[in-house]
Amino acid sequence: MAMISYIEAVTQALREEMLRDQRVFILGEDVGVRGGVFRATAGLYEEFGESRVIDAPLAESAIAGVAIGAAAYGMRPIAEMQFADFIMTAVNQIVNEAAKMRYRSNGDWNCPVVIRAPYGGGVHGALYHSQSIEAMFCNVPGLKVVAPSTPYDVKGLLRSAIHDNDPVLFLEHKRCYRLIKGEVPDTDYTVPIGKAEIKRDGSDLTVFAYGLMFHYVMQAAEKLALEGVQTQVVDVRTLYPLDRETIIAAAKSTGKVLIVHEDNKEGGLGSEISAVIAEECLFDLDAPIKRLCGPDVPAMPYSPPMEKFFMLGPDKIYLAMKELAEF
Amino acid sequence: MEKIVMPQLGESVTEGTISKWLVRVGDQVSRYDPLCEVSTDKVNAEVPSTVAGRISKIVVAEGETVAVGTLICYIETVRETTDQPIAPQSPQETQETKQRYSPAVLRIAQDHQIDLSKVTGTGAGGRITRKDVLAYLEGSSETNASVEDQDSPTSQEQVPTISSIKDQVIPISPVRKTIAERMVQSKQEAPHAWMVMEADVTNLVAFRERKKIEFKQREGFSLTYLPFFIKAIVEALKEYPMINSEWTEQGIVMKKEVHISIAVAREDALFVPVIRDADQKSIYGIAREIDQLVRKTREGKLTVADLSGGTFTVNNTGAFGSVLSAPILNPPQAAILSVEKIIKKPVVIDNMIAIRDQVNLCLSLDHRVLDGLICGRFLQSVKRRIESYGEGTEIF
Repeated sequence: MAMISYIEAVTQALREEMLRDQRVFILGEDVGVRGGVFRATAGLYEEFGESRVIDAPLAESAIAGVAIGAAAYGMRPIAEMQFADFIMTAVNQIVNEAAKMRYRSNGDWNCPVVIRAPYGGGVHGALYHSQSIEAMFCNVPGLKVVAPSTPYDVKGLLRSAIHDNDPVLFLEHKRCYRLIKGEVPDTDYTVPIGKAEIKRDGSDLTVFAYGLMFHYVMQAAEKLALEGVQTQVVDVRTLYPLDRETIIAAAKSTGKVLIVHEDNKEGGLGSEISAVIAEECLFDLDAPIKRLCGPDVPAMPYSPPMEKFFMLGPDKIYLAMKELAEF
Repeated sequence: MEKIVMPQLGESVTEGTISKWLVRVGDQVSRYDPLCEVSTDKVNAEVPSTVAGRISKIVVAEGETVAVGTLICYIETVRETTDQPIAPQSPQETQETKQRYSPAVLRIAQDHQIDLSKVTGTGAGGRITRKDVLAYLEGSSETNASVEDQDSPTSQEQVPTISSIKDQVIPISPVRKTIAERMVQSKQEAPHAWMVMEADVTNLVAFRERKKIEFKQREGFSLTYLPFFIKAIVEALKEYPMINSEWTEQGIVMKKEVHISIAVAREDALFVPVIRDADQKSIYGIAREIDQLVRKTREGKLTVADLSGGTFTVNNTGAFGSVLSAPILNPPQAAILSVEKIIKKPVVIDNMIAIRDQVNLCLSLDHRVLDGLICGRFLQSVKRRIESYGEGTEIF
């Protein structure tokens, strides 16, 4: 098994899928000659040529629209939004066209497109390079939203997304790109979309997280373990549709639930996860369901102290977990 | 000593390689001077110095790759800095002690016919947690099993009982913990000695009575006695700088700057914000700063800067009605003075009995650093200054 970074897992999955299937191609801003602003597509232009790694104009609606058209035609396009923040001009294409194509045509047409988008903050990216946009896409039936946190899951889930016959929004946390490294086997494994994973077991409380926050939660869990508190950590992985089965089972097992995400609190993923738990296992709850999320502020500030205030970190998470454990 | 760390050279970059050092140990650098060249997989850049000073140590060698935030070198700056641990400012609310059960606890209790009044709670405020009920359940079934196994009923084992008196366990908040640690540290490390002196503040009382209404109207906050006392203490500290010092392994550090820590109590905790450069401030300046710090403390808005760097502490115990106290030193400071309540007392002056406003000034000292002689002189100096307040005292 090789130790690779989160972004290397993206590149490997793209490359291997392009080798496997001639219909797979990439389009996006600077994905070709430049190899992507984060270097996620580095080397692919050289290997597969300009017809399969296409530098698109600065128009996200066109990138998504072209990809959706190609997908309907039988291709397997992977569209890159340079930053998730820029996806807004492509929302009509994604929500009104891609997500509804199968339903609208009564199953005659489908849309196997993958839209990759680096999201999240903590990188001094300020207002337009730090946003978490997942909540907006997590009530659009017909669309799947995936947000892996480890290189293993990145590679396995990106493969599954490319194999999927319907549109998948694939969210990559940009702070994880070079920060997170992990072991990835050389085999052609996949990770199923729609499955959360219990990545740490514990009997005192259950924490749900994804992306960068998953790693911060794991750090806080290690610290709490030294004080004798055992935390169960669930990596949500697929944000839409949610893996209700795993969420309910995990919540039942400890009766104390904390949901952590970087996205704004109100109307975020935590709202839905807590609603599922409240509906399904009220009589197993031993404490109020808690959420620790980004503040309801329009965007991540640039000023370092303000960004620190906005971002969650292992310390803030540790305190919230400790408080819940002690309840 | 300034620590220079590997900067973040672009979004998503988490590590960098020092490709070349542009300075050597011993070099003098100005602020913004380039220190080294760093290459990452995105950019190559120079790392500028954040301070002026002398390179005292290079930690990361050329060619090495380190994570963002890793210490790469030390720069010795002219000004020495002091680091003080800061009390975290998130006091926990104390939980209600009322017995309320979670859905999980109630369900388990119903399923197994458990009398919850027999279960000891270990949660916040003594709450019975799901784990407590499960543990109780396990305990009672084990007990039953062992009784059944035995042939003769000799065992007097009982199901776990609870104490008849409902003792309340209050969880220790982070602030409480910090206070506890600092107080224990102070009492264990510094041998405390104690001294008290009485001052006649009749003139000060009369003076303040005359000024206070006008002051409040014009300035928008009350003129208390504390700024007068602090002013007198600061002037005395300038006269006896040895009091404004601290004990370290390297030697006794006599502080040039006079930053006065003041103790501000809240219902649940004690904070010690700092009036910086108190020796450069008028009575008015000190009064205004006290007002701001007290307000910030109550609103929970104190910053790290507000709480650090104090060199001497003044505690206004008189505000609680105390007439004598033996304060615990605020480490690493060498002395602390508490100002007690001003009370009218019969006093002998020139063999006549007069009714005067008197106040006790209580000083605790670190006997490693200070002795009675110098502290006595210092207190005399404070007393003299306080007693000289009255008509003609400059507030502004």
